[in-house]
Amino acid sequence: MSINILMPALSPTMDEGTLAKWYVKEGDLVKPGDILAEIETDKATMEFEAVDEGVIEKIFVPEGTAEVKVNQIIASIIVENESVATSNELNVEKEPVGKKLSTDKKVLEITVDTQSNKKNVELKQSTVRDALRDAMAEEMRLDENVFLMGEEVAQYQGAYKISQGLLEEFGSKRVIDTPITEHGFTGIGIGAAFGGLKPIVEFMTFNFAMQAIDQIINSAAKTLYMSGGQMGCPIVFRGPNGAASRVGAQHSQDYSAWFAQIPGLKVVAPYSAGDAKGLLKTAIRDPNPVIFLENEILYNQTFNMPADDEQTIPFGQAKIRKTGDDVTIVSFGIGLKYALEASKELSQLGIEAEVIDLRTLRPLDTKTIITSVMKTNRCVTVEEGFPVCSIGSFISSTLMQEAFDYLDAPVICCTGRDVPMPYAANLEKLALVTTSDVVDAVKSVVYR
Amino acid sequence: MTQKKNKKLAKTTNIELLKYYKDMLLIRRFEEKAGQLYGMGLIGGFCHLYIGQEAVVVGLEACSNEGDKRITSYRDHGHMIACGMDPRGVMAELTGRTDGYSKGKGGSMHMFSKEKNFFGGHGIVAAQVPIGAGLAFSDKYRDNKFVTFTYFGDGAANQGQVYETYNMAMLWELPVIFIIENNQYAMGTSVGRSTKSPSLWMRGSAYGIPGAEVDGMDVLAVKAAGDIAVAHCRSGKGPYILEVKTYRYRGHSMSDPARYRTRDEVQKMRSNRDPIEQIRDMLISGKHSSEADLKNIDMKIKELVNDAAEFSQSSPEPDLSELYQDIYVET
Ligand SMILES: Cc1ncc(C[n+]2csc(CCOP(=O)(O)OP(=O)(O)O)c2C)c(N)n1
Ligand SMILES: [Mg+2]
Repeated sequence: MSINILMPALSPTMDEGTLAKWYVKEGDLVKPGDILAEIETDKATMEFEAVDEGVIEKIFVPEGTAEVKVNQIIASIIVENESVATSNELNVEKEPVGKKLSTDKKVLEITVDTQSNKKNVELKQSTVRDALRDAMAEEMRLDENVFLMGEEVAQYQGAYKISQGLLEEFGSKRVIDTPITEHGFTGIGIGAAFGGLKPIVEFMTFNFAMQAIDQIINSAAKTLYMSGGQMGCPIVFRGPNGAASRVGAQHSQDYSAWFAQIPGLKVVAPYSAGDAKGLLKTAIRDPNPVIFLENEILYNQTFNMPADDEQTIPFGQAKIRKTGDDVTIVSFGIGLKYALEASKELSQLGIEAEVIDLRTLRPLDTKTIITSVMKTNRCVTVEEGFPVCSIGSFISSTLMQEAFDYLDAPVICCTGRDVPMPYAANLEKLALVTTSDVVDAVKSVVYR
Repeated sequence: MTQKKNKKLAKTTNIELLKYYKDMLLIRRFEEKAGQLYGMGLIGGFCHLYIGQEAVVVGLEACSNEGDKRITSYRDHGHMIACGMDPRGVMAELTGRTDGYSKGKGGSMHMFSKEKNFFGGHGIVAAQVPIGAGLAFSDKYRDNKFVTFTYFGDGAANQGQVYETYNMAMLWELPVIFIIENNQYAMGTSVGRSTKSPSLWMRGSAYGIPGAEVDGMDVLAVKAAGDIAVAHCRSGKGPYILEVKTYRYRGHSMSDPARYRTRDEVQKMRSNRDPIEQIRDMLISGKHSSEADLKNIDMKIKELVNDAAEFSQSSPEPDLSELYQDIYVET
């Protein structure tokens, strides 16, 4: 009997990939464990193994094909009847073979810094992933004291491929694989910073930084103060923050508000590739501990960014990504995705939103927010984190204290739901902030 | 080698052998199926398979009594099946459905069964180690004669909290068996690239905890070592460490490019040391079972696994009201 071999999902966030290479051809006999093909995902190139024993009947997708959707039929195999894995055929939407796949490789949002009135900036395209890597590489070239440490950053090239190529260029003295001891290596990094080096500590994800929270807050953030200004801690803690996809409660949390609460820390949460690069360079140069919150879902997004490599972006300056007179939407990091999508939908309804990208959460550019609200008289905040004591609730209280007379409606904070992240696909969707949450909130503050 | 095996075999009945065979095979087939469902997008997120390591948990479960507890990391499907949890419920959790052990809200890494004394399923590397010692503390406090099987990886063995736990477990003579499943890799980092200590179990000696190294590809060796460890703990002498040398055939999780080891290395383990094949050979060569008997068992297990897979797809997604359930115990 013939079974279809489907394009496999090889990572939590993969929905399509490149079929890089076939290791088998039609008519070949394969055994479980034999490599069938090599597949490139957004994160890595992986070998794909046979599960059943049988003969390759037909190959439908030739090697080199890009953007092959997960679950598309890529080949078929004839297997001996009794051991057939019947459920291979259950509940799978079959993509018609050879269907033209839409090439919607999106380049997001061009907006060159509206505040640095530079005209005719030369642009290039980059993913957030490459932008982060480039920022580290450039700073490491400039300053011998900068080094990178973390789990799988060197030989593995980074769990999320951010440090790709760095080991090769800088060697194992400066690109260091650690054992899985967050509490321990965070302490060691902080000690190195006290000793005058400039460590970049990568957390595989910020969820694991919870094991090191004591070191980050009690040692890195407070020692300068406690030493009467003698002992600064020039260190960057960076890594993906927030929900990825279907990884459950312990691996899906936005820690922005947690860190933003701590005096002594600086907290950055970029959205675009250009901001990621410019802000990471600033973070590495900053003499203070900086929490640099990335987002896994944004890593693979492509943006236009200034071609000028040396650009750094100062902390504490928000960026207006879209101007508008009717309402101010304030967000940061992945929240911008929802804010910008909502602003497009709202435009069609005749509502023009001004979209502010905070970029840094501490220091926070309240001035830009207040100035905008004085014009629009309404504000909606958007973030993925929990609602209680969120970034949005702080902005809301700031506006009440400093722009009360300008507000025509209460500020609405769109956040994730007040629950641990559920695993089930439907519940996860329900737990996250969405574009329609933002649209609804705006409609309610403009009384429509 | 064969002589040694035969000796051990003398003490093992063919009923036991057959049970090990079935239990290990069920885990393997279950995991293969989970891998398939993941590839089809029916399972999301992280999914860490136990293929290759089956002898560890099957051998140790054979040493346990009713009332003993177990806790492990995210690589937990094998542990759940070995302690008698229902493959249907485990698979339905993997697909995020309402009939899963956590009603679809936990997923692969976060599953529990109070009934079977399975305390998870933990996604933070080594976080289960102090928790396991705490479970043992609760048994000691209540004068129960239970032990807690606390499993963790070679990578987890470098976490500081493991050593804080060793210290207190010995200090308070807690009935906990620390089982280091040394599968030689923590994601892409081999043991030799994360530590210079020659053995992981011997680190316990700094705290006065005895232990042993065990061949984790040999279920009989695991069972024999487990018996010693359990007897030690149950008699009130405090913790015991087993470093079980094992190997995972598949990637760390489903999204592992596996560039840190050669296919040859994996293939060698598979063809020379496979825990299931070893028992299969014993069953056949000792004339305990015929090829036909074993084929029959294979078929039954496949049916069981296919049934679990179908169940896991027909069970509905959780009700949307579940989003706000289970956050607080109602007062
Ligand atoms: C505190 C923490 N740091 C990092 C991770 C990411 N991570 C998950 S599994 C793993 C490797 C663990 O290896 P090991 O303890 O040997 O167990 P194995 O996966 O081999 O069973 C890492 C680094 C995590 N889940 N928790
Ligand atoms: Mg390991």
